[in-house]
Amino acid sequence: MLELRKDIFADERDDNLNEVGKGTQRQDMLGHVTGTSTYFNDHKLQGMLHLRVVRSTQPHARLRRIDTSEAERSEGVRRVIRGADVPRNLNTLLSLINFGKDDEPTLAVDKVRYRGEPIVAVVAESPRAAAEAAAKVRIDYETLPAVFDVEEALKPGAPVVNETYPKNAFTYHERYDHQKLRFGDVERGFAGADHVLEQRYQMSPIEHAPVETNGSIAAPDTNGRYVVYTSTQALFFSLDTCAKILDLPSNTFHFIGGTVGGGFGGKVDTLTEPLAILAAMLTGRPVRYVLGREEEMQFGPPRGAERIYIKDGVMRDGRIVARQIRGYFDSGAYTRLSSYAVVKCAAHLPGPYTIPNVHGDIYCVYTNRTPATAMRGFGITGMDFALECQMDKLAHLIGMDPMEFRILNAYRDGDMKAHRREAKNTALIECVQVAAEKAKWPIREEFRRMSSRKDGGGARAAVPSTPREPASARPAPAQQRTSYDRRLPISPSSEPPPPQSPAPAPAHGATRFSSVFGTRRR
Amino acid sequence: MTRHRGRGMAAINYPIGMNLGGDPSQALVHSNPSGKFTVALSSIDLGQGMKSVTRQICAETLGVPVEDVYVDTADSDTGPHCMGSFASRGTHRVGNAVMAAAREARGVMMEAAAEELEVNASDLETDGRGNIHVKGAPHRSISVKDVAIAAQFRQGKTISGRGIFLVPLSDVDPETGEMSPATCYAHACLVAEVEVDDETGEVGVIRMDSAYELGRALNPRLVEQQLVGGAWMGMSHALYETTEPYYPDPKQGPRDFVEYLMPGPGDICPHDIAVLERPAPDGPFGGKGPGEMCANPVLPAIANAIFNAVGVRIDELPITPERVLRAIKAQGGARPQTRR
Repeated sequence: MLELRKDIFADERDDNLNEVGKGTQRQDMLGHVTGTSTYFNDHKLQGMLHLRVVRSTQPHARLRRIDTSEAERSEGVRRVIRGADVPRNLNTLLSLINFGKDDEPTLAVDKVRYRGEPIVAVVAESPRAAAEAAAKVRIDYETLPAVFDVEEALKPGAPVVNETYPKNAFTYHERYDHQKLRFGDVERGFAGADHVLEQRYQMSPIEHAPVETNGSIAAPDTNGRYVVYTSTQALFFSLDTCAKILDLPSNTFHFIGGTVGGGFGGKVDTLTEPLAILAAMLTGRPVRYVLGREEEMQFGPPRGAERIYIKDGVMRDGRIVARQIRGYFDSGAYTRLSSYAVVKCAAHLPGPYTIPNVHGDIYCVYTNRTPATAMRGFGITGMDFALECQMDKLAHLIGMDPMEFRILNAYRDGDMKAHRREAKNTALIECVQVAAEKAKWPIREEFRRMSSRKDGGGARAAVPSTPREPASARPAPAQQRTSYDRRLPISPSSEPPPPQSPAPAPAHGATRFSSVFGTRRR
Repeated sequence: MTRHRGRGMAAINYPIGMNLGGDPSQALVHSNPSGKFTVALSSIDLGQGMKSVTRQICAETLGVPVEDVYVDTADSDTGPHCMGSFASRGTHRVGNAVMAAAREARGVMMEAAAEELEVNASDLETDGRGNIHVKGAPHRSISVKDVAIAAQFRQGKTISGRGIFLVPLSDVDPETGEMSPATCYAHACLVAEVEVDDETGEVGVIRMDSAYELGRALNPRLVEQQLVGGAWMGMSHALYETTEPYYPDPKQGPRDFVEYLMPGPGDICPHDIAVLERPAPDGPFGGKGPGEMCANPVLPAIANAIFNAVGVRIDELPITPERVLRAIKAQGGARPQTRR
């Protein structure tokens, strides 16, 4: 049951509206409830071929030999695609906003870094013919030691998962293996605290589990273009990713999507479109590439695991005086989008509370598992689990009601947040008050009277003095080209290095989107 | 064997839009000659209601009935650029782009109406039912349809508008993490009541009570859909789901919905929701976005309720019966805490 509490914050709203605020029926309701809405997979095209990838059986191995001869002779096979057929067989998703280095091949060439990594694509007349031929591809692996634990992966001597990041961690600001957040002095805070509590939290990977699995259908169109029906959550993001990987102008492609059978973040990675289009280019026929349920569940990217350590200093009267957090995002074998979540997570610290001393170190770590990606609450959900379990423990430790403990520490309008911006438009206190009321959870009168709009700011608006840590030397900037920018790179080498070379960072050039998240140069 | 009841709570906030901004979305709005409007987007409707919420925003801004607006999405040849449907950005970013486009289209519509009625455009207002009239003189009126016909065939005007919304990209300080991550935040607090079986370690969720602050609830039905579905997802994440049950050991991964556990209809509990509306200064009609954050408070609220019921802290997700039972055994039996 849903109740609109129009009485709260009424003075900040003009409710005199015609259409906004009404529970109008969805525009697409009729199609959805009658089963007539068109999804990408409803396009059955004449002469359509079916693509299936051959996936690694090993979590970490060198590819000694890939023998596709038997698969090529298999009945109904029209084409076998290998890494060498992909025009630019190395990409990272966020290169579109110029963040990070190309680190992931479309089809593995020399090495596989997780069980399930695509190595060869088979294109055949039917899904069955494709599956039968895929089973006939012979791959000779040389097994390598693998690492699955984020903290093990960061130790010296750990197996190198991804040679683009040889220390198994994404590089921030071209010099750090983590994103920092520094606000005040946590050590001083702990020294003056009545209690200090340090805890470890762990979240396992989960699956987006949309009813419709990832997939696309690409078909040659007139005038040298290709039409692509897709389940993507981000039409131009996928289109531009394909333009980069296939090294073609973006207007070669006509992407059609828009009605998607659930995404939750799992349909941003552009898993199927580049190979579907490439197969259509190589065969001249429409090609369908759809993940099966097992592929979606095990080799489609999950919400990655997170390991979080929280150390808090709290006073007997309930004030939290210091919070230190170390978090590890398990990115799997490639970056995808975890590097972004780390910065978002750092910005989220210390949760919706005003704490005078905050210290955060968040890592994006590579391990030999399926690459993780975005999922509903990306960068936040795991951290909120840890923070709010910790809050419950702190309240218990000092013998305070957990609702009142939240209200006491809640951020208010005018407070300084740890990322050094003023809190505005806050409403945590009111949410706690209303939830307590709904649940008939008694809280004391003084806490019922508190407000997000009162008693914030003032001394709480100050940026505390923060000890400087010795800054590390800044190496040469390593930006890279983006698909939005076709200007020639400055460096003589215009191609990114192949994945096997522990080589210098890819060449870089000026970019239209400037750079993001700390790779920006000034 | 005893089943112990317990209650726990959690409070959260959530940033709206891509972290640091730099994530633009565009919209185009135009009228056909009968005064029916089309919104062209490349944004995606994942089931969250993107088409519906932008349709209402467009209708409200134009001052026409919602039936006279149709939203066409996700064709890269006709829809202008959008960063994508993620990061709780649809309502806020795309909604603002649609508002800007609709405002421009409304400007042309009012000019065309003014020419037909031989008054100043500033003296006109829409009635939200498909008519435009002189303020204070409802009889001096013209229908949007007649304005569209006049604009197209007599005045040679295009009733159309372009919109873009962009939160400028923020820098991040490498040493302190100083940054501008988001322009507005949604808030929530949730109370979960659970029942824990001290013989099997099984946890059942009995009921939830919650308060969500989401800026303006642009369509309360769509908000309800998100909050109810999100709570289910949160409960599933807390108690059931994982692709790696023995993480970091990758073995025993589930392959289908038989092996991948999720709550069924019998596991769902009553959920009483209150929605608070503190409009975001830069949101479309104050809207923020409930899409992602609704699952987040459920996880810790359930973990905290389990502690209240049997006195064990499970700090690893998912909170399986095995983990609960091992923890109860390790402390020598259930230790119910003060009932709330």
